[in-house]
Amino acid sequence: MVTPGPMVEIADLRVRYGQREGLKGISLEVGRNEVLGIIGPAQSGKTTLLRILNRTLEDVPGIVITGSVKVDGVDVRQVKDLFALRRMIGMVSPLPVGLPLSIFDNVAFAPRMAGIRKRSELEDRVERCLRQATLWDEVKDRLHSLGTRLSGGQQQRLTIARALSHDPKILCLDEFSVAIDPVTTMRIEDMLKELRSQMAIIVATNLVQQARRLADRTAFLFNGELVEVDRTEVIFSERPASRRTYEYVNGIFG
Amino acid sequence: MFRATSLTHRKQFSEILARALFLLMTLLMVVPLLLIVGYLVYQAWPLLSLDFLLSNPKHGMRAGGIWSPLLGTVYLVVISLAIATPIGVLAAVFLNEYARDNWFTRVVNLAVVNLAGVPSIVHALFGLGAFVLFARLGRSVLAASLTLAIMTLPVIIASTKEALAAVPKAFREACWNVGATRWQTIRHIVLPNSISGILTGVILQVSRAAGETAPIMFTGAVFFKAVKEGHLLAYGLFDQCMALSMHLFTISTQVPDVPKALPYATAVVLLSTVLAVNALSIIIRVRLRARRKW
Repeated sequence: MVTPGPMVEIADLRVRYGQREGLKGISLEVGRNEVLGIIGPAQSGKTTLLRILNRTLEDVPGIVITGSVKVDGVDVRQVKDLFALRRMIGMVSPLPVGLPLSIFDNVAFAPRMAGIRKRSELEDRVERCLRQATLWDEVKDRLHSLGTRLSGGQQQRLTIARALSHDPKILCLDEFSVAIDPVTTMRIEDMLKELRSQMAIIVATNLVQQARRLADRTAFLFNGELVEVDRTEVIFSERPASRRTYEYVNGIFG
Repeated sequence: MFRATSLTHRKQFSEILARALFLLMTLLMVVPLLLIVGYLVYQAWPLLSLDFLLSNPKHGMRAGGIWSPLLGTVYLVVISLAIATPIGVLAAVFLNEYARDNWFTRVVNLAVVNLAGVPSIVHALFGLGAFVLFARLGRSVLAASLTLAIMTLPVIIASTKEALAAVPKAFREACWNVGATRWQTIRHIVLPNSISGILTGVILQVSRAAGETAPIMFTGAVFFKAVKEGHLLAYGLFDQCMALSMHLFTISTQVPDVPKALPYATAVVLLSTVLAVNALSIIIRVRLRARRKW
């Protein structure tokens, strides 16, 4: 039996927005059941790196992408069914986006668009995803009220439930906690720890302690360069490979 | 701590002044409108009746009703919007949802903006050349409707684009992220949340199509034509027709010895047709906005 390779393999990835270089030659791997933390200040390229994976970055006008990005062993630019690729990846954006639909329809949206019609199957899936996102108990009695009327923290969990609804193999969270309170953040973090057995998780965050709490390995991006990637204990130890990493995680610069 | 200073007094004064000024301007707009409508109805009152609506003009347009121009206007408006709405809405969906920013879309967008500002008489001449003469439709309901459609099309495109752009980009991105196609996103998220704005834009064009005289004058509307009274299918597509706007122009300026109330009554009918359609648009907008979900 062949041991499956890493979930994500990025080699010498460069991204330019016109004159500005967004990513300057990144090479990185994410294992199958690994939580990878990506830390770095604003404008360091964290969001760019995530949006490369599901190819939504290509819609940006004037963008130039070189290098190779493989998801589950397949180069994303060779993918025939772009929509299947996107279903393989759950994306959670910094600000919660409740679609203007009922709570149920928000979570059932992706499965429906993928062609699942059977009511019982949809119901099972919605319940499972809402439970995984620790939102089920709060909304189970009002699944048909509007998702956009939920509070910010609830909407972010709804967004996560939606990201899980198409059975992704990778879950990407982009600064998911910027708009929510610490208690909700902790609940989501606990949930992510449980999910790691089922999928690869990439957490981009500007809170270095969040990466420390969650990640198996942590990558430090700065100004489009990958300064260092290593086991989280090493990154947060007294002796990471780069002095800049030490200074950033200890709040000396950045 | 909360004592009023001279600054407070100045601020209070300017607040009162601003409020009064805005109220005055609002009244300045509303009062003449009410006066005009009131005067029209007052002058037209003796003539207004169902019979006036349902009978043809008679005695060289000095008596009788306005059935054939009223029906002609309804034909022109309905047919022109039936042509312009699907083309305009679909073009706007393409421009706003699919098109990338390149020279082609920039040219199209520029053309839309400029065409929306072209005077209606120019559309009239275009319609005369393109539909009446080149396409050999002759002066007909169809040629006039096509001309009106060309006139309303750029405005429909512009208003539809605006309605589509009002749907937050984040909704689209959320849909694409879960693997929905562009069309699925448009069909399930974008259109349901912009339909009220789209309809409002379209319905506002009803009053424009009903009110314009120039585009139909060369392309299909005639001074006088009697049709079967009270019969809704009285015009054919290739017939010439009468229209309210043109009829009003004719009896006000071209025909001697028209009873004084007749032009007023015609104006009231034109005005109330337009107002009725606008009221309908407001009702639809309120209904649909109540369903809006963010």
